[in-house]
Amino acid sequence: MNKPLNKMAVQATINGEPTAFLCSPGQVLADVLRDELELIGTKIGCNTGDCGACSVLVNDRLVCACLVLAAEIEGQAVQTIEGVAEGGVLHPVQQKLLEHAGLQCGICTPGVVVAAKALIEHNPNPTEEQARYWLAGNLCRCTGYDKIIRAVLDAAQQMREEAAV
Amino acid sequence: MSIQEFVAPHSLSEAKGFLSDGAAASVLAGGTDLLVGVRLGTRNPERVVDLKKIPELTAISIDAEAVHIGAAASAFSILHDSDVPSFFPGFAEALDLIGSTQIQGRCSAGGNLCNASPAADSIPALIANGAQCLITGPAGDHQMPVEDFVVGPSKNALKEGELLVALILPRPSPQTADAYLRLTPRTEMDIAVAGVGVSLTLDENATCTAARVSIGAVAPTALLVEAAGAALVGTQLDAAAIEAAVAAARQSACPISDKRGTSEYRTHVVGVLVARAIAQAQARIVEAVS
Ligand SMILES: Cc1cc2nc3c(=O)[nH]c(=O)nc-3n(C[C@@H](O)[C@@H](O)[C@H](O)COP(=O)(O)OP(=O)(O)OC[C@H]3O[C@@H](n4cnc5c(N)ncnc54)[C@H](O)[C@@H]3O)c2cc1C
Ligand code: FES
Ligand code: FES
Repeated sequence: MNKPLNKMAVQATINGEPTAFLCSPGQVLADVLRDELELIGTKIGCNTGDCGACSVLVNDRLVCACLVLAAEIEGQAVQTIEGVAEGGVLHPVQQKLLEHAGLQCGICTPGVVVAAKALIEHNPNPTEEQARYWLAGNLCRCTGYDKIIRAVLDAAQQMREEAAV
Repeated sequence: MSIQEFVAPHSLSEAKGFLSDGAAASVLAGGTDLLVGVRLGTRNPERVVDLKKIPELTAISIDAEAVHIGAAASAFSILHDSDVPSFFPGFAEALDLIGSTQIQGRCSAGGNLCNASPAADSIPALIANGAQCLITGPAGDHQMPVEDFVVGPSKNALKEGELLVALILPRPSPQTADAYLRLTPRTEMDIAVAGVGVSLTLDENATCTAARVSIGAVAPTALLVEAAGAALVGTQLDAAAIEAAVAAARQSACPISDKRGTSEYRTHVVGVLVARAIAQAQARIVEAVS
């Protein structure tokens, strides 16, 4: 007979909100976000760290939510795609992805947005090469990457200009 | 996933308790091997012991003798929140080659070493730098050179109940520099066909006084090629000395053939990388002292 899985109670801050949830000890953060907290913006592609669709920030660090145990985030701060737009106002990365047609099917897009926003926060003036390396773990089967990179560099430029005024 | 229990001890003694009461326990650093293994069914721990709440496991400190890197410190924090890259640019480049930004946000040098993949990027760089493993366990603490720690593919020298606490790299003099180079079919997110770590020390006359050469992905474990280092010591790194080091490295290599390259190709490439890594480390010293 299977042993009953002992659920763990976890408290964390998710997109700025104190949040409590129950998880099993082996459950990954990506599954908890989607299945327990209904934050389905975070996508799952490979479940093995290769595609970046599940990109989130844990304590401001960009990670794959499929390779983090939900129990690990006790007391930590998680940011997902749902926390990126402020009210109805899109983040510049989101706005520029729309303008440059940097998405088609959209499955990679939440991960790209979270990763690109983290890039610009880490390095406000990335070169194209730096942007391509930073985003190398975000696979996209549709766009061919060029439009994504142009959108990200454009968003970074706009954010620098806004910061200057 | 079959994991029944998750614990995050705050001290080494607590962690050792969780590893020695008979449960099938696996320690967790960044999880980029362990959780992939659980997902693929190759790892099946009942208990996961997260090491990241133990201060010694994530601390990075630099004193007059050595650089101490907690075994569970993430590659991202080593690369961006510490002075380690300025002391060991080659080791830093090895960490920067691992996976993606997301993987570097989690993966640790200690995990890369304990996982003991023949192609792990940080291992040749650690060996070249003469790194020691600080190990704790039921019988107390002890140290061991990295080249002795990896005993086979996916096999390390840790005994039941032991864990790796930190990596200790002797602090390099201004006359010492390292380099790490690897070849992969893709520029990112790929596994090495061959990898080479080199550390050199030159005196004021540009004569090499110490050299360590380590090769990865061309044998069941990363190797320290003592003959390659010996071929460089006492020389001014002239063409003949470099050729002798290249030949020694190729002689030690015993690679497999797979989709990333044939055995002959890997053996050739590892020599090319040895020559380039020597030149890069040498250039770093020249630049630092000029
Ligand atoms: C998409 C992807 C790309 C990758 N690309 C590369 C690459 O290019 N080059 C490369 O070298 N690697 C690569 N890797 C593997 C690399 O991420 C891991 O080897 C990583 O460095 C392991 O560190 P971790 O902290 O994640 O370890 P974990 O997964 O937490 O642990 C790894 C193993 O070591 C054990 N362990 C961990 N810490 C300790 C300790 N302190 N004491 C005792 N045992 C311990 C664990 O139980 C486990 O068996 C890649 C992985 C992924 C998912
Ligand atoms: S689902 Fe996490 S990286 Fe692919
Ligand atoms: S838009 Fe379809 S995968 Fe990127």
